[in-house]
Amino acid sequence: MDVLNKVPVREQDPKVRASNFDEVCLGYNFEEARLEATRCIQCKKPKCIDGCPVSINIPGFIQHIVDGDPKAAFEEISKYSALPAVCGRVCPQEIQCEQKCIRGIKGDPVSIGKLERFAADWARENKVVPSQTSKKNNIKVAVIGAGPSGLTCAGDLAKMGYDVTIFEALHEPGGVLVYGIPEFRLPKETVVKAEIDNVKSLGVKIETNVIIGRTITIDELMEEEGYAAVFIGSGAGLPKFMGIPGENANGVFSANEYLTRSNLMKAFDVNYDTPIIAGHKVAVVGGGNVAMDAARTALRLGAEVYIVYRRGEAELPARSEEVHHAKEEGVKFLLLTNPKEVLVDDNGWVRGLRCVSMELTEADETGRRRPVEKKNSEFDLSVDTVIMALGTNPNPLITSTTKGLDTNEYLGIVTDEESGRTSKPGVFAGGDAVTGSATVILAMGAGKAAAKGIDEYLQNTLKA
Amino acid sequence: MIFQSIKKGIDVDMDNDYKYTIMKKESLSDSIFLMDIKAPRVSKHCYPGQFIIVKMDDKGERIPLTICDYNRNDGTVTIVFQAIGSSTKRMAEYEVGEAFQDFTGPLGHRSELIDMPKEELSKKKILFVAGGVGAAPVYPQVKWLKEHGYDVDCIIGARNKDLVILEDRIRKCVKDLYVCTDDGSYGFKGNVTEYIKELVHNQNEEYDLIVAIGPMIMMKFVCIVTKELGIKTIVSMNPVMVDGTGMCGACRLTVGDQTKFACVDGPEFDGHLVNFDEAMKRSQMYKSEEGRMLLSQEEGDTHHHPGCECHES
Ligand SMILES: Cc1cc2nc3c(=O)[nH]c(=O)nc-3n(C[C@H](O)[C@H](O)[C@H](O)COP(=O)(O)OP(=O)(O)OC[C@H]3O[C@@H](n4cnc5c(N)ncnc54)[C@H](O)[C@@H]3O)c2cc1C
Ligand SMILES: Cc1cc2nc3c(=O)[nH]c(=O)nc-3n(C[C@H](O)[C@H](O)[C@H](O)COP(=O)(O)OP(=O)(O)OC[C@H]3O[C@@H](n4cnc5c(N)ncnc54)[C@H](O)[C@@H]3O)c2cc1C
Ligand code: SF4
Ligand code: SF4
Ligand code: FES
Repeated sequence: MDVLNKVPVREQDPKVRASNFDEVCLGYNFEEARLEATRCIQCKKPKCIDGCPVSINIPGFIQHIVDGDPKAAFEEISKYSALPAVCGRVCPQEIQCEQKCIRGIKGDPVSIGKLERFAADWARENKVVPSQTSKKNNIKVAVIGAGPSGLTCAGDLAKMGYDVTIFEALHEPGGVLVYGIPEFRLPKETVVKAEIDNVKSLGVKIETNVIIGRTITIDELMEEEGYAAVFIGSGAGLPKFMGIPGENANGVFSANEYLTRSNLMKAFDVNYDTPIIAGHKVAVVGGGNVAMDAARTALRLGAEVYIVYRRGEAELPARSEEVHHAKEEGVKFLLLTNPKEVLVDDNGWVRGLRCVSMELTEADETGRRRPVEKKNSEFDLSVDTVIMALGTNPNPLITSTTKGLDTNEYLGIVTDEESGRTSKPGVFAGGDAVTGSATVILAMGAGKAAAKGIDEYLQNTLKA
Repeated sequence: MIFQSIKKGIDVDMDNDYKYTIMKKESLSDSIFLMDIKAPRVSKHCYPGQFIIVKMDDKGERIPLTICDYNRNDGTVTIVFQAIGSSTKRMAEYEVGEAFQDFTGPLGHRSELIDMPKEELSKKKILFVAGGVGAAPVYPQVKWLKEHGYDVDCIIGARNKDLVILEDRIRKCVKDLYVCTDDGSYGFKGNVTEYIKELVHNQNEEYDLIVAIGPMIMMKFVCIVTKELGIKTIVSMNPVMVDGTGMCGACRLTVGDQTKFACVDGPEFDGHLVNFDEAMKRSQMYKSEEGRMLLSQEEGDTHHHPGCECHES
C-alpha cells in the first residue's frame, strides 16, 4: 500500500444510485479501516484535534482501530461526541480535522471521518451503547429542539446527573438530521434513530409535538414545571425566498419543504400518505449542501435537474464530496447564473425560469469576488419545478414569545460563546439558533459548551 | 431557591410514546365528523382561531385542522373534519378508544378579537359567516364571545341541509342566526354573500366587522361584497401545510404586497388584502398528486414513473 494515498472507500455505482435512496457511501470494513488507521503517525502534537470542534482524541481512537479494538475506539469517541455515526458521515472533514492532518501535507490526509464512522457503525451493529451515570441530582433541565445541538447538550447534562427532557416541535426527534439531510447520505432508521436511542439510554426524555412558544412558553417551563435551566437549540429553520416575480406559483418550493416531504414524511415511498411533486425538469437555486441535497433528491425521484448558482465552481459552498457526487449522478450545473423571474402558465404552474448570466468582479476587501449581471444575457430555462435553496434564518417563534431574550439583526439569539448564556437568566442557547445555518458538529460543540455552562450556573445558584 | 417551584398543570407522563386518544366521536353529517382528542398540553394553551396538526400513524401525513372547542379540565380538544380525500377518509375510520400517534398545537395566532380591549370590542357589531365545515372554527369564537358577554350575529351557509353543522351549538351563542343553503333545502335559498347583502340592504343591519370562515371561494366572494360595503373582514386561510411551524413555506400567501406564512403569521388575515386567486391555485397543487396516489393503490404501483403527466391535469 502507498502510504500517501488513503484507502479508497466503496460507493454505490452512480448509475445505480441515481434512482435509489440507499446510502451512497458504503464505508470501510474492518480490514480497510485497520489499513487506513495505520496511516496515522500518532503525532505527539496532533494537529487534527485542533480542527475538530469537539476536540475528539483522534489519534487515541485511531490507535484502538489499529489494535483491532473498535469497541474501545467507540468508547473513546463517545467521551466527546454523542453522534459519531452522523458526524463521520456529514462533517465537512476536509475543512476540519482532515484539513489539519499532517499526512495531508504530502498526500491524502488520514480519512478520520470514515474511521469515526466505522467505529460508530461497528458499535451499533454489535449493540454497544454508551454507559449511563448512576448518580442523579434530580435537577430538571429543559432542552428545546432535538437537533444535534439539543441532543448533545441533553446527553452531556444527563451524564452529569441532571434530569433532562427535550421538547421537540415535530413528531420525530433529530432536527435537520431527519427532515433535511436525505436518506442516501444519512440513513434515518439505522443511523440517526440509533444514535438518538443512545442519547435516550443516558436517561434523556424526549417529548415530541411540543412547540415552545405555542404549546408552552419558556417562562412557563421554568415557573410552572420546575425546570431550573433551559437550553434553546431550535435551529435555523425559516426558509428564505428571493422575492422575484412568480415565486408563489405552483411548483416553486423551498428546499426545506421539498426535503421535508421526502425525508421526514417519506413521500418518496408510495406507502406513505404525504405527496410530493417530483417534477420533470427541476431547477434548484443555490450552491450549498442544501441545494445539492435537494438536487440529488429530485434526481432520484426521476427528474432532470439543474443547479442554478450565481457564482462559480470554486465558490460553491457545498462540500466538494457532495458536488462531486451530484455531478457523477447527472445533476447539471448552471454556474454564474442568477434567476430573475419564475415564468408561470395560465393555470398558475411553473413553466420556466428566466435567468441572467453573471460575472465575478475583482475581489473586494473581504476577499470575495462579487457576482454582477452581464448585460443582455437573459435566457429562459425550461423547467416545471423550482426549488429555492437560499439558506435559512432562525425562526422567531421562541424569541418573540420569551421575555428578555436578546437577538441580533439576523434573528439569532445573542449568547456568550463560551457558556452559551443568553441575556435571560437560566436560559442558554446554541447551534443554528445562535449562528444561523452552520454545521452539525458546530451545533454539537455549542451544545456541549452550553451543558458545561448550565452545570456551572446551576452549581453556583445551588451554593448561593 | 429556584428549584423549588411547584409543578402544576400537566400530570400525565407524555414522554416518547404518548398517544392521543379519541374520547368521543360524533357524525355531524354523512361525511363530517367531530372528535374529542385527549391532548392535555394543547388543551391547556389553545384559544379560538388556532389550529392543530394531527398525524394518524407512521405513514400518515400531517393534517391541519382548526380547533373547534376545548375542555381544559378534561384535557381534550375538539376537532371537526370533512372526509374528502384519502387522509381524511382514513381518519373517519378511527373509533373512540383508538388513538392518533401525533397531535400538535396550538398553532397559529388566536383570534384578534380575544386580544382586543373590552371597550373597543363591546362597541363592535360583528357578523360571523360560516361556510360548510367553516362552522367548526366559527363555533369557538362565538362561544368565547358569548362567555365574555358580547352579542354577535352569524350566518351559516352550506350546499344543502345535510351539510349544515353545529347549528344548535352556534345558535346558543349568538343573538341572530341565519341559515342559508344553495339548493334551498333549508333556510334561505342562496349563498352567504347574497344573504350578507340582504341583511345590510334590506334589513338595515349595520356591521363593523365580518369574520368569514369557509371554503376559499366563499371567502373570496364575501370579501368582494364586504369591500363594496366597506366592512372590514377577517378570513381564516387554510392553504396546504406541512410542518405548521414556519419551517417549510408551503403555506405561503400573498397578503397586501407581502408573502406571509399562514401557519405562523395567520391563519387569520385581513380578507381585503389576501390574494385569493393565487391561494386557490396553490391549494389545488396536490389534488392531482393525491389522486395519483389513490390510483396507484388501486391499480398497483405506477408511482414516479418519470414521464408521468400527473400534475398537468
Ligand atoms: C439539507 C441540509 C443539509 C445539510 N448538510 C450538512 C452536512 O452535510 N454537514 C453538516 O455539518 N451540516 C449540514 N447541514 C447543517 C446542519 O444540519 C445544521 O447546522 C445542524 O443540524 C444544526 O443543528 P441544531 O441542533 O442547531 O438545529 P436543527 O438541526 O435545526 O434542530 C432544531 C430542532 O429544534 C426544533 N424546534 C424548532 N423550533 C422549536 C420550538 N419552538 N419548540 C420545539 N422545538 C423546536 C426543530 O423542529 C428541530 O428539530 C445541513 C442542513 C440542511 C438543511
Ligand atoms: C389551518 C387549517 C385549518 C383547517 N381546518 C379544517 C377543519 O377544521 N376541518 C376540515 O375538515 N378541514 C380543515 N382544513 C383542511 C384539511 O386540512 C384538509 O381537508 C385535509 O388536509 C385534506 O386531506 P385529504 O388527504 O383528506 O384530502 P385531499 O383533497 O385528497 O388532499 C390532497 C392534498 O392536498 C392538501 N389539501 C387538500 N385540501 C386542503 C385544504 N383545504 N387545506 C390544506 N391542505 C389541503 C393536503 O396536504 C393533501 O396532501 C384545514 C386546513 C388548514 C390549513
Ligand atoms: S467530529 Fe467531525 S471534525 Fe471531529 S473528528 Fe469527527 S469528523 Fe472530524
Ligand atoms: S494529524 Fe493526522 S497523522 Fe497526526 S495524529 Fe492526527 S490523524 Fe494522525
Ligand atoms: S406549514 Fe410549513 S411554513 Fe407553514
